[in-house]
Amino acid sequence: MKQGILSDILDYANRANPYPLYAELRKTPVFHDGDGPYVISTYHHIQSLLHDPRLSSDARNLAANAGDPLAGAEDEGAAALPPSFLKLDPPEHDRLRRMTNRPFGPPHSPHRVDDMRGFLHTTVTGLIDNLGDPERIDLVDQFAYPFPVTMICRLLGVPREDEARFHVWADTLAASLDPDPDADPKEREKKTHDARMELGMYLAGLIEERRKNPGEDMLSQLAVGHGQDETMSTMELLSTAALLLIAGHETTVNLITNGMLTLLRNPDVLQQLRETPDLAVPLVEELLRFEPPVQLLPQRTPLVDIEVGGVTIPKGSSMWLILASGNRDPHRFENPDRFDPYRKDIQHLGLGSGIHSCFGAPLARLEAQLALTELVRRLENPRLVEDPPPYRQNAVLRGPRHLRITCDGVRPA
Amino acid sequence: MADTALEHLKANGRIVVVGASLAGLRGAETLREKGFKGSLTMIGDEPYQPYDRPPLSKQALLGMGTAERTELPRRRDIEAEWRLGVAASGLDMAARRVKLADGDEVPYDRLLIATGVRARPWPNPAEAELDGVYVLRTRDDGAALARRFDEGPRRVLVIGAGFTGSEIASACRERGLEVTVAERADAPLVGALGGVIGAVAAELHRENGVDLRTGIMVTALEGDSTNRVRAAHFSDGTTLECDVVVVSLGAQRNTDWLSGSGLGAGPRGIACDAGCRAFDIRGIVTDDIFVAGDVARSPHPLFGYQFLSLEHWGNAVSQAETAAHNMLSESTERRPHIWVPAFWSSQFGVSIKSVGVPSMGTEIMITQGSRAERRFTGVYGYQGRVIGAVTFDNSRWLQFYQQQIETTAPFPPPFPTVDRRPEGQKPLPADFPDPSLPTHGPTVTLSGYSPADRRLTFTPAGH
Repeated sequence: MKQGILSDILDYANRANPYPLYAELRKTPVFHDGDGPYVISTYHHIQSLLHDPRLSSDARNLAANAGDPLAGAEDEGAAALPPSFLKLDPPEHDRLRRMTNRPFGPPHSPHRVDDMRGFLHTTVTGLIDNLGDPERIDLVDQFAYPFPVTMICRLLGVPREDEARFHVWADTLAASLDPDPDADPKEREKKTHDARMELGMYLAGLIEERRKNPGEDMLSQLAVGHGQDETMSTMELLSTAALLLIAGHETTVNLITNGMLTLLRNPDVLQQLRETPDLAVPLVEELLRFEPPVQLLPQRTPLVDIEVGGVTIPKGSSMWLILASGNRDPHRFENPDRFDPYRKDIQHLGLGSGIHSCFGAPLARLEAQLALTELVRRLENPRLVEDPPPYRQNAVLRGPRHLRITCDGVRPA
Repeated sequence: MADTALEHLKANGRIVVVGASLAGLRGAETLREKGFKGSLTMIGDEPYQPYDRPPLSKQALLGMGTAERTELPRRRDIEAEWRLGVAASGLDMAARRVKLADGDEVPYDRLLIATGVRARPWPNPAEAELDGVYVLRTRDDGAALARRFDEGPRRVLVIGAGFTGSEIASACRERGLEVTVAERADAPLVGALGGVIGAVAAELHRENGVDLRTGIMVTALEGDSTNRVRAAHFSDGTTLECDVVVVSLGAQRNTDWLSGSGLGAGPRGIACDAGCRAFDIRGIVTDDIFVAGDVARSPHPLFGYQFLSLEHWGNAVSQAETAAHNMLSESTERRPHIWVPAFWSSQFGVSIKSVGVPSMGTEIMITQGSRAERRFTGVYGYQGRVIGAVTFDNSRWLQFYQQQIETTAPFPPPFPTVDRRPEGQKPLPADFPDPSLPTHGPTVTLSGYSPADRRLTFTPAGH
């Protein structure tokens, strides 16, 4: 993993601005070096691969020597929890995703996300009210992290008070997605395994309670089922719940933080959003293009030798799709390095595409739209204390670890 | 010299669009977007501004939104003179004038024809006039049918199980109405998707409580003393009591008004080149008459240069944009319309989508998913290549199969895919009915190979 540009991308020193490296990478749209993964960085290749039925998301289809530092990440944990639908192919993927969608979105639950607006608003207002000293705000710890956590807890029916417990597991599992070149793989596998196990036990307890006393939350509805002929096994349910809990906040925190950082770097846009709150909708789309919270998908493998851009990728190889690079591909987007919320042509890859496109997208969009609108409305003259801010280690789920800002005051709600 | 003429056209020219339709509107918008500053006249036989049709057989029949509220969103102001509620009745190509039914004439420098199709009526005019007998094509049709459904008819008969007929039956069941579907072929949707998929569609109908009768014809409709429909007679000698009949026998192209004009227009549409320029009856391309949408038939290189007429929403938009672009362009700047046919339908809770031209296929292979689960992808093969694909609740893969069609990939697909089942291991005959036998008709019409197709000259418009 120490070869050239890939190790540069994974190198923490380049975390704050990986985009010049992606531009370099796009010169070789299908990059492969030694026994490393096949790295795809251009928009059109990524887009078509995301719809290619010859590509599997199931790690069990990886060849033993696929050269993927993540390949073994879940094997150990398999004894604890089966892979979530994120890491499964149809038909298992379709079945689990369909059942999970039943209590979440249309056609069975068309109002679930929209009905959360009021609670979203109250939560955002409360968090901003409690920011404290306007000269010393850490937007991550005080806002961008607690907000989505509160939402996903509410949605799933996980007690908010347990946050301290699952925070640790979530951190470990999010880190397991990161091809950190310096981590000891054995040590990491063990930590991942333990975290999945503990999270699984915790969720199993909750689900047991929900079975006895079902509420309106998603866990209850998943646990009880809807009288349909399909049901999830307990293990599938645990795995799905773990996925929703972690994916439900580890990504949105970055979307909101990247959003505020981008706005503070583009004060004219910040001002426009303050004057025209409706701008939030296209602005968040542009944000998903410009600074996507999931930078790359490190988990795809072809079921057969496939040809991409003149390169034959052997069956079972590890493939990485660099979504964030595709989003800045000048062959697809005009002036791609410019943040332009008025951009008309905005079919970004920020939420993926195809059958694995972001399950929580409607909620994530709403959270980010509301969070950014309210922050710019209420913070008076906000400024960055440091630019770039310190980033999280993770190159996949990329975002600032802290976003220290200062402002002249917080307007009343 | 050419430049000057084009600049003059853009600044002061007169462009007439016949057909206040989806294609007509998008064409007009594109003309303005491309800098056309001259006079623009929109002619439509209905009294309405352009509206959207897909909701008429779906949401509107379910009472989720009304037929009156399906205006098309506008991309920009087109500053047109609207001549609505008056049909075009003739064309004088030499004098460059469109004749209107009210006797008026509108001169043009460039003409865009987007007159689309109309519902094929019930062949017996007296029976078609019975109260309770409907077709579904226009906004008025949709509103009238939705009102009748609101009254709670005891039984609806749908004649023809193409996409529209199936969607109507689906809406009936969703509203709890008893519905019988009569189809001349052996299954629903066979004209467009073949018998293998038709069998799946038939199960969908029956599972959802539709009284589906196939391989049968309705021979007569019978009214009561107040001239209200009360029964239908079938070719097998049986009779069905019903108080609403929806005739869903496909469409006829609106080309009658061009009869005798010298334009290459007939029952199968108006022939044009890939740049949307209409042919005259001698097979010579015109310079100033363009066509777009359901009424156009143009050659497509991906499908053996067959002339295709497509009753597809996306085609209407794309072809109109291309036609408008070409109307204002030098010959070297013109673009071909080589859209890959794509189509969607929604019925019985299943989303059906297709790309390419399935009806050209002789074989089909279920490459993903399973027919029994109503969740699958079927790929159509023609002479060893992929020619079309259909998905039932599986549309996120469709883009891949479109690329297969565009790159003339081999059939059967030689590679494994995720979710390949035992039934997807080998191709099956696609089982399309003999095209010489009329059915409700596919939404893609293949109509010969040659622009100089001599039948154009001799087929009188309106059959």
